[in-house]
Amino acid sequence: MDNIAGSKSSLGWVVNISVVLLVALWVFPTFGLLVSSFRTADQIVGSGWWASLFPSEQTERYRAADPDENRVQRGDLFVVEGNFFGDNGAPGEIQSWGTSSRAVDAYQAGDVADLGDGETFSVDAEGNYVWSGNDEQISGRGQRAFVTAVSPPEFTTENYVNIMTSGDSNDNMAKAFFNTLTVTIPATIIPIVVAAFAAYALAWMDFPGRAILIACVVGLLVVPLQLALIPLLKLHVGIGIGKGYLGVWLAHTGFGLPLAIYLLRNYMVGLPRDIIENAKVDGATDFQIFTKIILPLSFPALASFAIFQFLWTWNDLLVAKVFLIDATGQTTVMTDQIVNLLGTRGGNWEILATAAFVSIAVPLCVFFAMQKYLVRGLLAGSVK
Amino acid sequence: MNPALLGLVTILAGVGGCLLYFWGSNQILDKVIFPAKGPQAGQNINRANIVRPWLFLFPAMFALGLYLAYPVFETLRLSLTDRDQGGAFVGLANYNQMMAEPKFWEALRNNLLWLIVVPAASTAFGLLAAQLTDRIKWGSAAKSLIFMPMAISFVGAGVIFKLVYEARPADQNQIGVLNSVWLQFEGGIGSFLFLQVLPAIMLLAFAAIVAYVGRIFVRPIAESKQRGGGAGYVPLRLFVGVAALYLVYLSLTSLVGIFTFDYPYGQPQTWLTIPFWNSFLLMVVLIWIQTGFAMVILSAALRGIPEETVEAAIVDGANPFQIFFKIKVPQIMGTIVVVWTTITITVLKVFDIVFAMTNGQWETQVLANYMFDKLFRANDWGVGSASAIIIMIMVSPILVWNVYNARKEMK
Repeated sequence: MDNIAGSKSSLGWVVNISVVLLVALWVFPTFGLLVSSFRTADQIVGSGWWASLFPSEQTERYRAADPDENRVQRGDLFVVEGNFFGDNGAPGEIQSWGTSSRAVDAYQAGDVADLGDGETFSVDAEGNYVWSGNDEQISGRGQRAFVTAVSPPEFTTENYVNIMTSGDSNDNMAKAFFNTLTVTIPATIIPIVVAAFAAYALAWMDFPGRAILIACVVGLLVVPLQLALIPLLKLHVGIGIGKGYLGVWLAHTGFGLPLAIYLLRNYMVGLPRDIIENAKVDGATDFQIFTKIILPLSFPALASFAIFQFLWTWNDLLVAKVFLIDATGQTTVMTDQIVNLLGTRGGNWEILATAAFVSIAVPLCVFFAMQKYLVRGLLAGSVK
Repeated sequence: MNPALLGLVTILAGVGGCLLYFWGSNQILDKVIFPAKGPQAGQNINRANIVRPWLFLFPAMFALGLYLAYPVFETLRLSLTDRDQGGAFVGLANYNQMMAEPKFWEALRNNLLWLIVVPAASTAFGLLAAQLTDRIKWGSAAKSLIFMPMAISFVGAGVIFKLVYEARPADQNQIGVLNSVWLQFEGGIGSFLFLQVLPAIMLLAFAAIVAYVGRIFVRPIAESKQRGGGAGYVPLRLFVGVAALYLVYLSLTSLVGIFTFDYPYGQPQTWLTIPFWNSFLLMVVLIWIQTGFAMVILSAALRGIPEETVEAAIVDGANPFQIFFKIKVPQIMGTIVVVWTTITITVLKVFDIVFAMTNGQWETQVLANYMFDKLFRANDWGVGSASAIIIMIMVSPILVWNVYNARKEMK
């Protein structure tokens, strides 16, 4: 916007770099967890996750096989052949090697080192070595070699398989995943229906007390749900719902309603008056106007609220803890299970990271797919 | 019954029941109670139209009343009674008991700290991000990445940042980013610049902003004296002024502390167990989440600024900083206030982050977690309700302000 006068801003590259830094700072923590969830337990505690993104270099000392037992005579020379890594295979591609601890990278893979007086040593990329020399040279202890192997970044999906199929009910997220889904879907859909009718009445029907009701809804928007915990739990126990899915659905519906009504009313008020009045002139009832005209036109607002409510119920811990999860723990949701894992498995990052990502993945997909509606809802929903 | 099946049935019953209710009640109203025919057709139509809004409103109002309005009063009542004495009225005994607990004061102190830091930092970062991303080509991609934490649960964010703060023994590789960065500092010139000069500059900037905000609030009082008229909100303005002075004083005194503090270089720190500072590390999580929200709303507001005002400033030779602070920020002040209050409400209710990361240990307690502790671990409904009421009291000014604004807007 500052370019309108025709002068190109000299701050351009500063701005670009600042935004890159800002974005990096914001993405970095999540990315770290994501990377960690694809590493094995040993890798996670062995090095920081950022190290796993680059090929890792490892220099190890090896010794050729005992010459007195393994040497083979070929013409004048004795030869010892073998592989440093045995049956395990190479830890990575061999980049360089050396025979002295002072020059561990003196030779490339495949080079032949001249050890003097016709004695030679060579190591190829797979770790096969050939050591040859005369009778005296190929004796005593095996030749030392320092081998530097470069292993490419290594990731595994094993953690995800473990966590979804684990027999240990504390680790297994599959059940909690479905429980969360079971909580979320009805808790998203039901308030929309209830709120839409109320929003229509508040937007397009004339009746005494309308302004006060709208003010009440605005007021209830900010009432902390903490206040509702004990009275409602008492109520639920009193009328026989107890702790369970029905209770949590009802609670989420109640807590989601103020925002739903507020968002939908604000949107519906902005719909063109002509359409509604024409329909009335043509003899449509309020119910018909609502279902045939208002609802289809309000789709963007409905989508906005649906995303909010979905994210909120999926990510919720408090309401689930109070209204759903009973002593048996059969109805645990993912957020609750992760908190438990933090307590019991505080150091097992392969489990924690994976469990957290299983729970984060779904909202992230929804977020990126429906970001447009989320932004629209935010803009309409913040009390002006 | 299988929960998934139960869920499906509930969706069908809930949605179907709602639709049936709305359709059925309208039918009954139009066909049975006030039929639009016969001698009183006209009168009946009018009567039906008076009743109809309430049919549409009833389920929502009933749920709102039962799930949000009634609990406010019930909690108030519970906070004045004692469960062990069969719910007898005990006056303010629960409040007295709560006030006598050091944990409560710790929670209150931390909550106030959260209230100052999180909205301010989120709004500032959001404003910065909005202004910067609006000026570059790949701005919308950058925006959605900064906005992304919005979708992540507080618990998930807690795990993410626990990994960032993770500490390993000194002789092992650090796997937490913060410790890994921390161990790069060894007391040389780099450490001096980053750990002493940089915080000092940030603290000075903070003090300057606070002083500026304080001045904006207090100045009208002095001006009104000259003009002889009332400034309005005098107590509020004075309060903000005094609070700003205190914060400036606090920042300036901590400036000395930054330079005299003996940093334990070379030792990995278990960050979350360092009292006082660990609260800030928890706040980082919420700031990280809320910045995207602030950015989205402020970016829309920035784009809504009439271009003529910016053009005029450019013609007058204003530099980018002047344009930003003197032209743009004043025009979006209303939106900044909205963002600020919205984040304030979120902060007051913050529970999951503290619960998942420290559970209030090491002096990180906050009110919402304190309340949860009292309600469900100590099973003390009286004190729990009393602390819930404290949260409600802290929210009330914003509630009143929102309702006031909403009513003004409708007129």
